[in-house]
Amino acid sequence: MARMDDSLLVDLSRLQFATTTLYHYLFVPLTLGLAPFVAMLETLYWRSGNPVYRSMTRFFGSLLVINFAMGIVTGIVQEFQFGMNWSVFSRFVGDVFGAPLAMEGLLAFFLESTFLGLWLFGRDRLPRTIHMLTIWVFVAGTWASAYFIIVANSWMQHPVGYALDPLTGYPVLTDIWAVLFQPFALWAYAHTVLGGLVAASVFVFAVAAYHLKRRQHLAEMRWAWKSAIAMGLIAAMGQLIVGDILGVFVTQDQPMKIAAGEALWETEGPCASLGIIAIPDQEARENIWEISIPCMLSIVATNSLDGTVTGANELQAQYEEQFGPGDYTPNVWIAFYSFRLMMGFGLVGAAWMLVAWWRTRKGRLPEGRIFWAISIWIVFTPWLGNMFGWIFTENGRQPWVVYNMLKTEDAVSSISPSFLYLSLPIFFLLYGAFAIVEFILMRRYVIAGPIPDDKPMAGEPAADLPKQVV
Amino acid sequence: MGLPEIWFFVIAALWIGFFFLEGFDFGVGILSRTLGRNEPERTQMLAAIGPVWDADEVWLITGGIAIFAAFPAWYAALFPAAYLPLLLVIIAIIVRAVAIEYRYKRPGERWRSVWDTSVAVSSALLALLFGVFWAGIVHGIPLTVDGQFVGNSLWSFINVYSLLGGLTLLTFSLAHGATFLALKTTGPVQVSNERWAMRFDVVAGALMTAFAVWTYWEFSRSDFAALLLGILAVLGMFVALVANWRRKPMIAFWAHGVAVAAFVLQMFVALYPNVLPSSLNPADSLTVAGSAASEYSLTVITWVSAFALPLVIAYQAWSFWVFRKRISVHDAAASHY
Ligand code: HDD
Ligand code: HEM
Ligand code: HEM
Repeated sequence: MARMDDSLLVDLSRLQFATTTLYHYLFVPLTLGLAPFVAMLETLYWRSGNPVYRSMTRFFGSLLVINFAMGIVTGIVQEFQFGMNWSVFSRFVGDVFGAPLAMEGLLAFFLESTFLGLWLFGRDRLPRTIHMLTIWVFVAGTWASAYFIIVANSWMQHPVGYALDPLTGYPVLTDIWAVLFQPFALWAYAHTVLGGLVAASVFVFAVAAYHLKRRQHLAEMRWAWKSAIAMGLIAAMGQLIVGDILGVFVTQDQPMKIAAGEALWETEGPCASLGIIAIPDQEARENIWEISIPCMLSIVATNSLDGTVTGANELQAQYEEQFGPGDYTPNVWIAFYSFRLMMGFGLVGAAWMLVAWWRTRKGRLPEGRIFWAISIWIVFTPWLGNMFGWIFTENGRQPWVVYNMLKTEDAVSSISPSFLYLSLPIFFLLYGAFAIVEFILMRRYVIAGPIPDDKPMAGEPAADLPKQVV
Repeated sequence: MGLPEIWFFVIAALWIGFFFLEGFDFGVGILSRTLGRNEPERTQMLAAIGPVWDADEVWLITGGIAIFAAFPAWYAALFPAAYLPLLLVIIAIIVRAVAIEYRYKRPGERWRSVWDTSVAVSSALLALLFGVFWAGIVHGIPLTVDGQFVGNSLWSFINVYSLLGGLTLLTFSLAHGATFLALKTTGPVQVSNERWAMRFDVVAGALMTAFAVWTYWEFSRSDFAALLLGILAVLGMFVALVANWRRKPMIAFWAHGVAVAAFVLQMFVALYPNVLPSSLNPADSLTVAGSAASEYSLTVITWVSAFALPLVIAYQAWSFWVFRKRISVHDAAASHY
């Protein structure tokens, strides 16, 4: 891979894959988190018959649908890209990787799309109870789809359940259960789904803030506000705990990722210190400057005070011995800061919710404009948290695409870079345009607010979106 | 028959499911713009596919993933080779899905008209492209040893045969879509679609016949199954034509199903034992046996499909049954869909 063209091809393919996956992941967390929220609202309506729940079901349901449409098309693009841009990868991992992907299609995507159709259009065609159940099946479909894709991704992070084919040298699946239930995948799944719940809670919270600030739709929005805070705080607590456990697995399985994530060049321990700010120098393989908390890293990475954490330099030497000469260190700047930004952006929403809960306890609605402004604008933070989480995960795995088995630079299709000069601008233009349309639509529906509607749910027209939005 | 052969035909089945179901969605997408005389009529037609088109599209996703999972070498050779046609497919898929969803999100002639044109153009493009894609595979592309592609990504897929395949699928989708609308709508829309379904059946039937003869003659002569399937495809279109002429759209709908199943299967039979024939040297073709995943991996996905596919078919059938009622202009306008 020495030729100029080749490294250009790798860079462009990486750029395209990274940007389109991250774009797909703009929509995924909200689907994962908002779907169960809407399902719960409909269940509450089904039980109590209280019209407040119904108008909220419709309101948040319509936001969910706007989001979902983009989630689907951007996902299909990713599926095609495996083959189009990463054909060596596809050939290499197909035997193992194909199975969870096939399960995702057969067991999750069909459920998700069929039952969303039934839920959306079936309001006047299905009995109440069946209608309520359809959205729960939809929720199961989306969560199952997240599970199978995380299983596939986790296999790239930590390959298990395979043997190498003596003829071709490709991994061959030998134990599907090991792939499906390896602990790393289960914890990563919990972490991802919780990330979705955090995002959805902050989203509902901010929507509620918009209307509470204007003292409108009070019945609905007070409820939404309170339940968003409850859901957000629980999910963020869970996220802290699960993230901590996940970190222990990553330390075991991909020590280089953690070393880079902590900008730790030299092995430290017992009592390794955790960097808060660092200025790493990738060339010199040391930090120019850093501030750190003593012993903290041992606790975080190994869950004990006297754990040793291996540094990047020692690991680099190990890898060179194992795999031959080469650079086995991911970009430390990206790893260090994406890790911190994930935690920071991911948790700041919950932290603010705590403040908001205090300020609005016993039904008070504060006057301060800054309070409401923060409560609304905070909506973007969990998306950033989720995206930096993926950047940390995927970038920290470099130079490998399949850990310790296949390098990213060897995984691309041998196509002409000119194809990427064509497809990249197309994706940027299309995705950019649709991002604007999507944002405008979302904003419009959020501002319109829930439409009170006195008609009973059965027998009413299938409209679940406000009709008079202009 | 071993597992690789079974999966070769499971993949055929998934693509048949896709063309049978999404085929009418493509047709409706095009017809709503061309036959719908005003905005309410267009809404009425699109409302007929509203609850199901998205689930129909999942047959494409699984049809693609199944190639990945069961024949990694096929997937890895085909997808980069077809980079440019697939890029067009992706663009059309994105535009179409977003347009179908977002047209409803605001009232107003201008907003909807822009999205409706996008739906029509992208639907037509997709039907055409998928026909060209599969016929192009049957025709063969320039491959050297190990599935290394040495042709031009666009032109290697375009020839008279593949274009015929594309036009066949496009006209088939129009006939199928018009038949579906004849079944699912009332009023003037129903009447005009009944009439157009018949006309499209004439054209699609003629193209399907030409395609079946060509496939048999050039790619699978002396193969009895290919002959039989070719006849079945023609027969299916003929029955559909008569049924539409007699105003029996339900029969025509299923006859289209038979025709498109035979159309796809004939191509797969013509392909076998290859999955990706080389137009340079037949010996360099990728074969079913040579590109299949391991026995264990195939066993795993066989179990999953044996469990999941019947279930999928059952709940999709249920969903069609739930939405069996005909849609009038009034219904469609009263709801947002
Ligand atoms: C943790 C969750 C997660 C992750 C990491 C990914 N996705 Fe995704 N995907 C979903 C969670 C999800 C979902 C929640 O199921 C979606 C998102 C929003 C939506 O509408 O459904 C979805 C939709 C979706 C669809 C459309 C499904 C349908 O029609 O119903 C496809 C084909 C993919 N995805 C494929 C991918 C690929 C190839 C990925 C790897 C790069 C990927 N997704 C990452
Ligand atoms: C202090 C809390 C957190 C810790 C210790 C933590 C830890 C981690 C670790 C170690 C990984 C890497 C997993 C891998 O390499 O595969 C990761 C990934 C990720 N994190 Fe966090 N995390 C925390 C909070 C958050 C929050 C609040 C969010 C979002 C709201 C978030 C979203 C993500 C995502 C989306 C990924 C990638 C997917 C995955 O591997 O699960 N994280 N996190
Ligand atoms: C679960 C599904 C996946 C998710 C959510 C995901 C997410 C991401 C993200 C966020 C990035 C950006 C990181 C960066 O640029 O540093 C990325 C990069 C990348 N991913 Fe993944 N990925 C997934 C699966 C895959 C798969 C299946 C492949 C196989 C081809 C892959 C290959 C890559 C490559 C080559 C890059 C570019 C690496 C880089 O620029 O550092 N990923 N991915």
